Amino acid sequence: MNLVADGLRKRYGDVQALDGFDLEVPPGVIHGLLGPNGAGKTTAVKALATLIDVDEGVAKVAGFDVRTQAAQVRKRIGLIGQNAAVDEILGGRQNLVMFGRLYGLSTVDARAAADRLLAMFGLTEAAERAVSTYSGGMRRRLDIAAGFILTPAVLFLDEPTTGLDPRGRNEVWAAVREVAAAGTTVLLTTQYLDEADQLAARISVMNHGRVVADDTPGVLKREIGGDRVTLTIAPGEPLDELAERLGTAVGIPAVIDADTRSLTFEVGSGVTGLSRLVRALDEFGVTPEDLVLRRPTLDEVFLTLTDTPREAVK
Amino acid sequence: MTAVRAGWILTQRNLAHWVRQPWAPIFGLMFSIMLLLVFGFLFGGAITVPGGGDYITFLLPGMLALSMMFGVESTATAMAADARKGITDRFRSLPIGSASVALGRVGADMANSTVELLVLLAGGLLIGWRITSDPGPAVLAVLLLLLFRFAMLWIGIFVGLSFRGDGATMAVQVLVWPIGFLSTAIVSAETMPGWLGAIAAWNPLSATASAVRELFGNPTGITSGPLADSAVWLALGWPLLLTAVFLPLSARAYRRLRA
Repeated sequence: MNLVADGLRKRYGDVQALDGFDLEVPPGVIHGLLGPNGAGKTTAVKALATLIDVDEGVAKVAGFDVRTQAAQVRKRIGLIGQNAAVDEILGGRQNLVMFGRLYGLSTVDARAAADRLLAMFGLTEAAERAVSTYSGGMRRRLDIAAGFILTPAVLFLDEPTTGLDPRGRNEVWAAVREVAAAGTTVLLTTQYLDEADQLAARISVMNHGRVVADDTPGVLKREIGGDRVTLTIAPGEPLDELAERLGTAVGIPAVIDADTRSLTFEVGSGVTGLSRLVRALDEFGVTPEDLVLRRPTLDEVFLTLTDTPREAVK
Repeated sequence: MTAVRAGWILTQRNLAHWVRQPWAPIFGLMFSIMLLLVFGFLFGGAITVPGGGDYITFLLPGMLALSMMFGVESTATAMAADARKGITDRFRSLPIGSASVALGRVGADMANSTVELLVLLAGGLLIGWRITSDPGPAVLAVLLLLLFRFAMLWIGIFVGLSFRGDGATMAVQVLVWPIGFLSTAIVSAETMPGWLGAIAAWNPLSATASAVRELFGNPTGITSGPLADSAVWLALGWPLLLTAVFLPLSARAYRRLRA
């Protein structure tokens, strides 16, 4: 295991930020740490990256104890925090040369590494410009490049795409895949379920300072149960009343979304539930604007596992 | 990596900031020159120096000491900004000694203040200020000013690391004014009401300003009291005492980032 946490606890005043946090990540994979704001994701990353001391528990990175062998750990990790922690005033190249030298490279080697990383992350053209002129996606990529100078055993990415536009997000995803392809273990925290689904081989779902589920995205999806049918109801039809009647007829409660005027039914193994639903619609003389049969999304996995009410997350 | 080597790399980083954005240090310098001109020519005509002597010649050493003290603000602001933007956390995740971040600040700010001193000294020469002592004491005067700046650095690092919000640096920006003026930097303490003059005389800034006047052979505005007898010793003792207090406090504040 490249990354092990066993029963980490950390309290800040009244807040139990970590409450028995466990984690095991083998080498060379992208592991997603998924949870809402305040779940303790950042605290977990900071503890693993030697930035904070935990009150209880043991954590090892690349075989070294984060508390007693912090210097060894720091040689083997890259940390990309929540705000892109590169120097905004310096240029991209200057940043990478500086970080390279701080990792112990000679100036000559640091320059060579900077050129290689600028090319790898598509930043060669912007190399001399001040980072404050970069787009969000470029800044993040530079941030990742700076954490990747020594090809670390573990790279921590704390919500790397928060606040990025879709294009920036795609750029960062490509960079993360590039890093993992080079054999680095990536621990990625995110609030975005599709991000974890897209990138991670395994996902730990976190809530209230501990991991509430840990598995592959596929298994997590299966765990949440069967397929969903979503109906979009035309304006004018009474949404609540229809939900009630259809729910009773099919024997499955409907989840109502008034904003999109949609009703969602968890129909189990698909076909039976679907045909019953269609018959009921026929019987009531209702024609939905749209009808979709789909697998559960990670959103639904997450909501079920963390017991967070749907309204609170929307 | 040793903290000294990493501190040198971070010094270069901080100096590179000023190369990329020269307006910040240039504005700081212009501010000091403006204060010198405002007090020297605008208010100076109305000020007489106890014990005699030209006011510009009295004022310049005071302005040098004052500009060293104002450095506390830029140090605190820079430290707080790095901590707020997550840069300090990034540095803390690197395999470098724990003194590196502070040393980088010390290196850059001392370099900046040395340049500032030289420019102010040149400006002083242009408006009629002169050194009337020997080179030895004159060099000692410059070293005492830098020692004072060194002490201010540790106060700035402590404040910047301990109070990372904008409020703390604003508090420093406001507080340097009364503390700076309640000293002998601009007027002699002997022209103040007795109790106020006593407080001003015990301001560490007054010790440095008075010692520098004495060492440059400029009018001191002092006819009696501890500053008359032992200003140089006080200008040595105060910064050492402040450093002895705020250097460990800064180290503690840095360690407490882990808490």
